[in-house]
Amino acid sequence: MPADLDRDKSVRDFAQRMGDNTLILGQQVSAWCGHAPVLEEDIALANVALDLIGQTRLWLGLAAELQGEGRSADDLAFLRDAREYKNCLLVEQPNGDFAHTLMRQYLFDAWHLPMLTALKSSSNSRIADIAEKSAKEATYHLERSENLVISLGDGNQESHDRMQAALETLWPFTGELTTSDALDEELAASGIAPDLGSIKTRYENHLSATLDAATLVAPEDVGMRKGGKSGLHSEGLGFILADMQWLQRAYPGATW
Amino acid sequence: MAAARLSRRDLVTVMTATEIRSAIRPDIKEVWRWLEDVPDPEIPVVSVVDLGIVRDVDWEAADLVVTVTPTYSGCPATAVISFDIEEALRRRGIEKIKIKSQLSPAWTTAWITEAAREKLKQYGIAPPLDGSTCAGALKAAGDVACPHCGSLDTEEVSRFGSTPCKASWRCKDCLEPFDYFKSF
Repeated sequence: MPADLDRDKSVRDFAQRMGDNTLILGQQVSAWCGHAPVLEEDIALANVALDLIGQTRLWLGLAAELQGEGRSADDLAFLRDAREYKNCLLVEQPNGDFAHTLMRQYLFDAWHLPMLTALKSSSNSRIADIAEKSAKEATYHLERSENLVISLGDGNQESHDRMQAALETLWPFTGELTTSDALDEELAASGIAPDLGSIKTRYENHLSATLDAATLVAPEDVGMRKGGKSGLHSEGLGFILADMQWLQRAYPGATW
Repeated sequence: MAAARLSRRDLVTVMTATEIRSAIRPDIKEVWRWLEDVPDPEIPVVSVVDLGIVRDVDWEAADLVVTVTPTYSGCPATAVISFDIEEALRRRGIEKIKIKSQLSPAWTTAWITEAAREKLKQYGIAPPLDGSTCAGALKAAGDVACPHCGSLDTEEVSRFGSTPCKASWRCKDCLEPFDYFKSF
């Protein structure tokens, strides 16, 4: 029995990490709605945000169910403080200009898709089901962000410089995605999640090919930042949560 | 012999209300026919059955269980679809309805019926080209025919469109913009 409970807790913590990633990125991307540089991009950003929030409902729904106590995905999204959030640092980096938003999206998508693809064969069927659904959406996300990174990186001087600046700012947050901690190792050992080492290879290959085509250069010898997965965040997350949660905090239990 | 003397009225009074309803519960095929009349809230020319959203209909004791699958995980129409299905069945006198959501196998546009593809085209939406889901598979832009003039000289404007399931396209012959129901 205790072994089952431990297993449930690991699955719950993992579902929460996945859901926190999609929630925070979805919340940030949705802020572009009505402000994107061209109409088509406005629609694309809103659609990507919608997919990410939809995936969040699945992941946090699973996490809430395993936690029991009658909690829901909404409770987890609206009633947790920053230290309880387990998203990676990359997704909480500010929107910045369109180049920063786009580069952040690409750096996430290029990790997200191989991760979800591997999770389709998770030993946990709930995780496998969510991954199967989400991977189809992430395929479209990556195709778009990759194409745009290439066309803007290899665009004019202005677009190239902005993409290069965004890459340099965001690069230190890419290491965390493929660095295992105790939970990752435990999940890999039980076949619930993939070994992050295998994801790392695929991630780095994708990045290297795309950045080459985009004429962008990844910085070398940069210290990689981490902490998000264990709840240690940059100050940005507090502002994101304040924006996202204020209504439920000010008017607890408010519904449409 | 004793049973034969019971009148029909006696028989009815010993049945509870639930028993009567389950005794006359409609055939599953009939229920499928009803669901074929439930339109998709975003694209009302096709039904939720046409789109492959309804995966299964079955009786579980006195409950009619309808299994549905979301098209896109964040599609706002999903909640409306469940509501519309419940309402349509209630109108037919079904009282105990359970809507079950199923994620796997994940919804695919390959499940959209031939008839529905024709209806989509008539409505101005280019139907999905099966097998072009994977990244890069839809690079050959000429494959998508303009639903207005039939020309194959079309181009993608954005991979995303007015709803999660569509992409924005334009015809270079008749110059009209149109929605393409993207392969998924």
